[in-house]
Amino acid sequence: MAIKQLSVFIENRTGRLEKVTETLKENGINITSMSLADTSEYGLLRMIVSNPNEGKRVLKEAGFSAMLTDVLAVKLPNKIGMLHELLKVLEDVNIEYMYALATNENASMVIKISDIEAGKQSLVKHGFELVSEEIAYKINES
Amino acid sequence: MIWNEAKECMSRDEMQNLQSKRLVKMVDRVYHNVEFYRKKMQTMGLEPGDIRGIEDLTKLPFTTKTDLRDNYPFGLFAIPQSEIVRVHASSGTTGKATVVGYSRRDIENWQECVARVLAMVGLGKEDKIQVSYGYGLFTGGLGLHYGAENLGATVIPMSSGNTKKQITMMEDFGCTAIACTPSYLLHIIETLEEEGVIDRIQLKAAICGAEPWTENMRKEIESRLHINAHDIYGLSEIMGPGVAADCEYHTGLHVYEDHFIPEILHPDTLEPCKSGEIGELAFTTITKEALPLFRYRTKDLTSINYEKCECGRTLARISRFKGRTDDMLIIRGVNVFPSQVETALLELGETSPHYLMFVDRVNHQDTLEVWVEVEERFFSDEIRKLEYLTGKIAHVLQQALGLSVKVKLVEPKTIERSEGKAKRVIDKRKLV
Repeated sequence: MAIKQLSVFIENRTGRLEKVTETLKENGINITSMSLADTSEYGLLRMIVSNPNEGKRVLKEAGFSAMLTDVLAVKLPNKIGMLHELLKVLEDVNIEYMYALATNENASMVIKISDIEAGKQSLVKHGFELVSEEIAYKINES
Repeated sequence: MIWNEAKECMSRDEMQNLQSKRLVKMVDRVYHNVEFYRKKMQTMGLEPGDIRGIEDLTKLPFTTKTDLRDNYPFGLFAIPQSEIVRVHASSGTTGKATVVGYSRRDIENWQECVARVLAMVGLGKEDKIQVSYGYGLFTGGLGLHYGAENLGATVIPMSSGNTKKQITMMEDFGCTAIACTPSYLLHIIETLEEEGVIDRIQLKAAICGAEPWTENMRKEIESRLHINAHDIYGLSEIMGPGVAADCEYHTGLHVYEDHFIPEILHPDTLEPCKSGEIGELAFTTITKEALPLFRYRTKDLTSINYEKCECGRTLARISRFKGRTDDMLIIRGVNVFPSQVETALLELGETSPHYLMFVDRVNHQDTLEVWVEVEERFFSDEIRKLEYLTGKIAHVLQQALGLSVKVKLVEPKTIERSEGKAKRVIDKRKLV
C-alpha cells in the first residue's frame, strides 16, 4: 500500500522553512519524517505527516505550492546489508529519491519510484513489509 | 450592436471631410485661446489659415507630456475655468501629475465614446456592469461609469481593490460584465477559482485596458471565465478610456476618428509611417473644448489599418500595442519589451501569467532574470522535473528575445498582484 507524502516548494529566503513548520504546528499536524532537497534557488521539503490532506490544505492557504505524492514506506530490519537487499529487489524500477522514516524499533525507508505497483509487488514477494498509512502517519505518537 | 452607425460606418471621404472641418475650426480656436500653442505656431511661422484640412495636419507642432507638465496645472486649457466641469490627473509616477480638464460637452462626447465601446462589446440596457477601475483622479473608473450609464446599463461602481467583496457582489448581483485592468482581472479569476465560485458568476464580457496586454492573455482570460474580453484604449491627455477599442473580430482597436485623428510616427524621425508600419501613436483632438491637443505623442507603439472591418465599421484600427517607447528595455543592445516575455510564457502555458523581469548589470554585463511562479498545477516533488521546467522556460524566452535569460522559480503569489497597473520590470542597472 502506498502512503501520501506532502511536498512543498520553498524559496531560498529567510524564514520560509520556519513558516512551513509554524503553519503545521498551528494546525496540530505532526511531522513524522522529512527530507529537504536543496538547489541554489529553492528547496523541496518532503514530509510524512499525521494528516496529509489537511497539511496540504493549510499550506496552500498559507500561500505555498504543496502537493501529495504516493510513496512507499518499507520496514527494514536493523541489520547489516538490509538496504542493499531492498535495492536489489527494486532493480527494475527507477528510484526517484528516498529517505529514512523515523520509527521506534526497526528502520524504515520512504521511497519514491517510477512504478509504484511493480515495486510494491516485488517488495512483498521478497518478504519486505510495507508500512500502512495508519501507522506511518501516527508513528511515534504515544 | 453599432451605437452610432452614422459616425462609426461613414465612408473614408466623409470622415476626412468631417475631420478637416473640425480640425480647421479647432486650430483657429486654439490659436486664439492657448498662449502656448500660439507662441509655438508663431515661432514656426504658422498661421491658423495655413491649416485648410487634414492634409495640413503634419504642419502642426507636436505636444508631449512634458508640455503638459510645464504648463501645470491649467496652462493649456482653452476655455475659462467657469466652463470646466471636471478635472482628472495622471498618477504622476514618473514626475509631476499631468492635469486634464473637461467641458460639459467634452464629458458628453466621452460618454458617447464609451457607450460605443460597450455596445460594440455586446452590452445594453439589460446588463449589469461592474466597474472595477479606480475611481477618482484616474480616468478609468468615472470614464467607464458615465459611459455605462449613457448606455442605459446598471452600473456597480466598485472601484478597485477588496477582491473578496468584488467577488461577492459579482455573484450576488449577477453582474454580466466587468471593466478593470487585465492584470487585476487575472487576480480576480485566481480568487474565484480558489473560492470555488467561478461557476456561479454570470459574466459574459470584460472590458480591459489601462495597461498593455497580449492576445494570449486575452485568450487566457476568455477561456478561464468563459467570456469575451475586449481591449479598451485611452489616455487622460486625449480623453480617458474609450479613445479606441476592439470589436468581436479582435483585429485591432477601432479609433473614434470623428473625435481624434490618429497618426503613426517613425520613432526616430517622427515622420509619418506608411500604413501597416509600426511607430509611435499620436493624436490630434478635434472636438475637445477644454484641452485640445495637437499631435500628442502617446509613446505607445502600434500600426494602423484603414480597411473596412468585418463588423461593418469603417473606423481605422490600431493594432494591439507592441509596447511603449518608454517601456522598451535595451539589454545587451537588444530591444526587449515586457510583452514579449508575457507572450512567450503564455504560449508555453506551463507557468502562471505573472512574471517579473529583473535587469541588472554585473561586471559591465547586462543580465536578465525572469521570475515565474510555481503554480500548483506545474509543481512537482521531483527536482529533476522542476529543473526541466526551468530549462524549458529559459529556452523559450531565449528564442523569443534573442537573449540568454536566467529563470528563477518563486513561490506562488510572490510577485506582487496589482489592483491597477501591473509592475513587470525592475531595472537595477546604474548607468555611470
